[in-house]
Amino acid sequence: MSTEPGPPRLTIVGAGPAGLAAALAAAGRGVRVTVVDAARAAGGQFYRQPSAGLGARRPQALHHQWRTWQRLSDGLAREVAAGRVTHLPDHHVWCVERRLDGSGRFTVHALVGPEQEKPVEVRADAVLLATGGYEKVLPFPGWTLPGVVTAGGAQAMLKGTLAVSGRTAVVAGTGPLLLPVATGLASAGVTVAALVESAHPAALVRRTGALTRRADKLTEGAWYAAELLRRRVRTLVRHTVVEAHGDDRVEAVTVAALDAEGRVRGGTGLRIPCDTLAVGHGLLPHTDLAEALGCRIESTGPRVWVDEEQRTDVPGVWAAGETTGIGGAALSLAEGHIAGRSAAARLGGRVPDPGEWAKAAKAREELREFFGAIDAVYVPPAHWTEQVTDDTVVCRCEEVTAGAVREAVGELGAADVRTVKLLTRAGMGWCQGRICEPAVAGIAGCGQAVARRPFALPVPLGVLSRAGESGEDDGDDAPP
Amino acid sequence: MNPLELARAEPGPAFTVTLDGRELEALPGQTVAATLWAAGVTSWRTTRGAGRPRGIFCGIGVCHDCLVTVNERPNQRACLVPVRPGDAIRTQEGTGHEH
Ligand SMILES: Cc1cc2nc3c(=O)[nH]c(=O)nc-3n(C[C@H](O)[C@H](O)[C@H](O)COP(=O)(O)OP(=O)(O)OC[C@H]3O[C@@H](n4cnc5c(N)ncnc54)[C@H](O)[C@@H]3O)c2cc1C
Ligand code: FES
Repeated sequence: MSTEPGPPRLTIVGAGPAGLAAALAAAGRGVRVTVVDAARAAGGQFYRQPSAGLGARRPQALHHQWRTWQRLSDGLAREVAAGRVTHLPDHHVWCVERRLDGSGRFTVHALVGPEQEKPVEVRADAVLLATGGYEKVLPFPGWTLPGVVTAGGAQAMLKGTLAVSGRTAVVAGTGPLLLPVATGLASAGVTVAALVESAHPAALVRRTGALTRRADKLTEGAWYAAELLRRRVRTLVRHTVVEAHGDDRVEAVTVAALDAEGRVRGGTGLRIPCDTLAVGHGLLPHTDLAEALGCRIESTGPRVWVDEEQRTDVPGVWAAGETTGIGGAALSLAEGHIAGRSAAARLGGRVPDPGEWAKAAKAREELREFFGAIDAVYVPPAHWTEQVTDDTVVCRCEEVTAGAVREAVGELGAADVRTVKLLTRAGMGWCQGRICEPAVAGIAGCGQAVARRPFALPVPLGVLSRAGESGEDDGDDAPP
Repeated sequence: MNPLELARAEPGPAFTVTLDGRELEALPGQTVAATLWAAGVTSWRTTRGAGRPRGIFCGIGVCHDCLVTVNERPNQRACLVPVRPGDAIRTQEGTGHEH
């Protein structure tokens, strides 16, 4: 595929479990790999590391599966030293562009540095998107108060900067991520006043088939449960947060029990004082780079569609990890490994033999099945919108209330998210609807549309007008 | 136990930054948001419309709730920007361009 001399070049966006597994699989097989990531260090969300300046001598205290991380980070260091992999941290990719010169090659556009000022371009013969996901939070009265953070955000601040926002936290919402967040905060000295889960894990029992094939994952869940018990964290299942209270910051939350239909049961409200509410309702895949490349996006998720080799439907573009569907670090590793091997074979002009990655394919199948069962159980309460009062802000950026969304649907006749957006400005602010989209769709009572965001980040106009003129950055990579 | 003790952190020497002129201590390797959290500050901007306080929400650069003015540059995401000695951090009102 390459038109230039030297080995073919694979550019991987994302240095989480998926991107790193892919880099290691491809680098040993005759491919020159560049890993581009916005973070200052490799690891992604699961293996987010404390900043080097903090001098953490025991970062594993905040981690699970530390040995896997050591294998990945040692492997990365080895491949970088051997000149087969270039790691470009602090590079925020805003667009991946297919070159128009008929070469089938790509240009990855990034902004460098935490302030994202300097534009940089990376050329590639093939691209692998391993951009992971971000957290979904559904609104409730008081959710914009400072001290209310996403569960993953609390975890990211803890792992990456060793910081917590207060002394007493409530961890709430739904999904398996709440467990490591609650145990992580508790081990860091925060009093976890309650873990509030709206689903009933007993529902998992009905899906034992998919679960027992991954006994390791079940043991992991049991370990967290035991840890919460040991730390005397009160766990409330089939409960939901109804309201966060406070004036300039959260001071307490009210939680309440849910009935079998997923409605709040009257008279069950319980007020819990706290200065932090870590809340999450599952994760959403990052699909924006794939959207701009024209890759097929499946509306469940929404997530990037891939085939058995982790190829998207756009030639030369692979995807792996949570960008293709939420399923945790182990699934991301398996997908990354397969994607890296497939890309290496295809870039070398060979048709890969799936027998080469049979073990990873088996893990992928089991874990997808496992998370399918998990996903079916850990869903937000069916009637969550009934708790969202008209004056509750839904779109945090543009301060659009639930009342305005309801008015757009009821009085102005909007029948889809796009029209609601045009009428209310919900989703038109800084975050481009990433945070409010599921909420707007739920409150409007219409399905979530697959978004088409032109760029993955807000891009300064000056950068856009100069795109194509900037220098090529291949890190320490000398031209072949 | 606090997070620094848990991870047995041995950061380099602390340095000073300011928040609206008030001196705060910061550690190398921290972000602006982590420095403010460590100082007990959870909100550092007010919204354009209703003037409501905001701080960290997503913690990973997605939501833009944590915008702040650092060294006269408004709209910096506090959860991503590393703190540097002498930084002048200002709480941000609205778009940050009103001053
Ligand atoms: C905030 C958060 C915290 C989490 N914490 C935990 C936890 O503690 N335990 C747990 O079991 N699971 C956790 N998860 C779930 C986690 O997503 C998966 O377990 C796992 O990390 C997924 O691996 P991945 O390789 O697909 O993506 P990730 O690990 O998310 O890696 C994606 C990488 O891509 C980079 N990236 C994304 N977009 C761009 C771009 N446009 N330009 C450049 N780089 C980009 C990111 O910086 C990141 O490093 C968390 C998820 C989130 C969102
Ligand atoms: S907290 Fe969401 S962008 Fe900083």
